[in-house]
Amino acid sequence: MDKTQLLIALALALFSLGLVGVIVRRNLLVMLMCMELMLNGVNLSLVTFAQQAGAAVGAVLVFLIFVVATAEIAIAIPIVLLLARRRHTLDADAYADLKG
Amino acid sequence: MSGTDLLLWFFAAASLAGGVLMLVARHPMRVALALIGSMISLAGIYAILGVHVIAVFQVLIYVGAVMVFMVYVIMLLDTRDPAQKRRFSALAIPGAIGFVLLLGGLVYGVVGELPQAAVAARPGQGFGLTEFAVAFLNEYWLHFELTSVLLLAAVVAAVAVIKASRGDHG
Repeated sequence: MDKTQLLIALALALFSLGLVGVIVRRNLLVMLMCMELMLNGVNLSLVTFAQQAGAAVGAVLVFLIFVVATAEIAIAIPIVLLLARRRHTLDADAYADLKG
Repeated sequence: MSGTDLLLWFFAAASLAGGVLMLVARHPMRVALALIGSMISLAGIYAILGVHVIAVFQVLIYVGAVMVFMVYVIMLLDTRDPAQKRRFSALAIPGAIGFVLLLGGLVYGVVGELPQAAVAARPGQGFGLTEFAVAFLNEYWLHFELTSVLLLAAVVAAVAVIKASRGDHG
């Protein structure tokens, strides 16, 4: 297997694992961490392509994704804490009444 | 197969194992540790590819800041939560089937279409901090400033969420 194919397949696998984790897991914090795994898979594909093209621009995009992921966590964690304080559970099913 | 190739395969397997462990681990702390292992393995892959800037940022920002924050929150929350007894939601089986279909479709559609040896990976021939910094601060300084606005908005939103929670409970 070519090295590029290995890395891109790994990136796809990490993204799919994160997506299925968001769907099948029950705990809100675990769902958040699975989203981080999806971002990591995307980052890996970006770094692979940037390294092949020798373009530092890809690394800039990865860096901006880092910042966005940090902002996402910084706002998601207070929301999770607020939900946990209100219903005393992190079970996503406990918040099913949020759907329209 | 050279030593670098072996290391690359090792780190790839380790990051994939971390991702699978995240799906099956019961306690959120174990999920967090599996994610940290996966991220550190990815940093190793970046270092092998020669993109040391991203490898350093991966460890410093992701593992050092984001995941430490996450571990801290897991320690704050109640461990007798019933959400920690049952791992999977009602969508577990459709989710697993969808995972197999999605991954198969993606790998079949993307990996088969990649250009072959013409642009094969060149280990150790990435770009250094100089190229990264020049591209970053010469061409993308506006985006850099916009991220600071984004971070400020996130901080304001976090403060607003905390105020909303205080308002409910006196």
